Amino acid sequence: MIFVILTESALFTIFVVAYLFYIGKSLVPPYPHQVLHFPWLGSILLFGSSGTIIVSENHLKKGSISGFHLWWGITFAAGVGFLLWTINEWMHLIYQEGLTISTNLFGSTFYSLVGLHASHVLVGAFLLGLILFMSLTGRIRHYHHEHIEMISWYWHFVDCVWLVVITVVYIISASS
Amino acid sequence: MADQTTTLDVGTQQLPARPGQERGTLTGWIQDLVYTVDHKKLGILYVGTALLFLVLGGIMAMLIRAQLAFPNGHVVTPQTFNRLITMHGTVMIFWVAMPLAFGMANYLVPLMIGARDMAFPRLNAFSFWLTFFGGCLLFFSYVGAPGLYGSGSAPAVAWMAIAPLTSRAFSVGPSTDYWSLSLLVTGIGSVTGALNIMVTIFCYRTKGMTLSRMPLFVWMTVTTMFLVLVFLPPLSAAQIMLTLQRYLGAKFFDTQAGGSAILWQHFFWIFGHPEVYILVLPAFGVISEVVPVFSRKPIFGYPMMVAASVLIGLISAGVWAHHMFTVGLTAFGVTFFGVATLMISVPTGIKIFNWLATIYGGKIRLEVPMVFAIAFLFQFLIAGLTGVMLGVAPFDWQLNDSYFVIAHFHYVIVGGILFAVFAFFYYWYPKVFGRMLDKKLGFWHFWLFTIGFHLTFDPQHFAGILGMPRRIYTYHPGRGWELWNFISSVGGIFQALGIIFFVYNLFWSARKGKVAGDDPWDAWTLEWMTTSPPADYNFERLPEIRSRRPLWDLKHPDDPDWKFE
Repeated sequence: MIFVILTESALFTIFVVAYLFYIGKSLVPPYPHQVLHFPWLGSILLFGSSGTIIVSENHLKKGSISGFHLWWGITFAAGVGFLLWTINEWMHLIYQEGLTISTNLFGSTFYSLVGLHASHVLVGAFLLGLILFMSLTGRIRHYHHEHIEMISWYWHFVDCVWLVVITVVYIISASS
Repeated sequence: MADQTTTLDVGTQQLPARPGQERGTLTGWIQDLVYTVDHKKLGILYVGTALLFLVLGGIMAMLIRAQLAFPNGHVVTPQTFNRLITMHGTVMIFWVAMPLAFGMANYLVPLMIGARDMAFPRLNAFSFWLTFFGGCLLFFSYVGAPGLYGSGSAPAVAWMAIAPLTSRAFSVGPSTDYWSLSLLVTGIGSVTGALNIMVTIFCYRTKGMTLSRMPLFVWMTVTTMFLVLVFLPPLSAAQIMLTLQRYLGAKFFDTQAGGSAILWQHFFWIFGHPEVYILVLPAFGVISEVVPVFSRKPIFGYPMMVAASVLIGLISAGVWAHHMFTVGLTAFGVTFFGVATLMISVPTGIKIFNWLATIYGGKIRLEVPMVFAIAFLFQFLIAGLTGVMLGVAPFDWQLNDSYFVIAHFHYVIVGGILFAVFAFFYYWYPKVFGRMLDKKLGFWHFWLFTIGFHLTFDPQHFAGILGMPRRIYTYHPGRGWELWNFISSVGGIFQALGIIFFVYNLFWSARKGKVAGDDPWDAWTLEWMTTSPPADYNFERLPEIRSRRPLWDLKHPDDPDWKFE
């Protein structure tokens, strides 16, 4: 899993570098500071889910399957919530602000970076949903906690990337 | 893996044959290869794929040399020529050298560390088939790329596909998409393959096989696979951006919208230079195994060899822009990348000296693998020296994109890597097929190929210094390039003859070669402990490893290595 995270980080790095490199190089509006709003809701959902997944894991280690269900379900809901929030944000950007991937460099780099992250959230949400389903049908036991932990690692990684994305996209570029 | 010393009763069991999979029939044999998740069969498939593409890429090289043999040549059309150089470069790097690296690692690593298979056997098969079909996708461009647009065939953007040549305006039709998508597919295969090998090495070593007792080939593989994990994603990222640009109108490399064509070059070479080390480190690994066995001495300076490989891996992260001195970097950029490039020759030099010190005073056996290894030492040295020359920025400003560069990296890839790969074939073929490769044919192959290699690539240095640019379709007489190009093309024929001897030898020896036995070279690493070819489960039992040369300890119980390490 360390190696997966390593290679995924390398992938994200290139998109982050492209984003940073092209800040302020767009020739036509809209520019970041005009259209971006700080992603309070999305961030709370995603960062919160990193906490709930830990709580959920602890329940599993202690052997409390029902507690695991509850907190895992909340984590899954938060992941789906984040995706819905992203859809909402993109709809707003595309239809109200007229920013698409082919509008300008900001659009190209924004959608590719945030989209890459969102696709990772999608994969993560799928995995979370899969585990929830398997668990509800009674196929997860407490001795599976090491497998579950791997998914948790992935989810934390997606979270860390979001931290970088917020910093780069919503703080640095939106304020310059 | 905890209990490998117990005997398992697997050899006597006969698996029930599936329908259509009767042993010995052609369909059964193919089915066996398609269904397999065994690391040895996948290793053979990887290497076989590489050989197939080597022949295809070689034919392309022969066409290029035929075109350039005489001034004002018209063997192929200019458009075809551009396709040939693109396909030749891409195929040789991504579907010959990379599958060879993965094939060698696949076959040897589990055997060398005493594992029964890779950590994730099915993922292993997945990686191979992605690589294989990626190659098929690239070649399908010859048929598929004309498509609805009626223009274009194979991609014609050179193997580094410099922007903005790849934008829709200049690459009409889908040929360039075949290039980027096939590389994307193969890239995923390589990353998953590298993951698998890393996990295998770190988690599946047999009892007593500590990191500091691993064979050097395994150490080089660790470094290689680390580089794949970190530096292949940038290529994939760049391909994703390119595809977004070509299909959704993104602006990444579109200079008219404020984008930067230079950024493509940065992204490509962030991958592209570590790639060279991805290719050459497995070759170093092969040489580090062959040289000691045929000099009858343990490798000189094992810890230094390991440290040097890891250092090469680390420094290779910071040298990419030496491919870009001529695009106009800042003074700081030029200095930084120039110095980093010169620095990387230090650990490489350490390796060369260690191999020489291993040979020095040894009881040398001039078998075919050893002569290839010795040729490797000489040729790789020269390749390294021209590399140092090109690392000096003012020299590079003069000779960038000339035939001098072509000569330099073909010296690395053919004179270095391919010679090591031949050593690999002659050394491990007996283990894989249970029969020796024929020595006489082997020496024919060696001499023809070595002479051909020098005839082809030595003159290209001179043509380059005389100003011949790379990627040119043809040239006028009277510039002093005719002789060098002619010799170069003649050399190609010798190389092709050598390859014919080699391929004939591979097939002939599989049936008629001398039976090898378990350990024909009197070697010291674990793979020679099992039968040739190894059983599906690799080892029936393994002793606890106590030194870097476990087989030496077994053969010489009175004088074991672990007393001295």
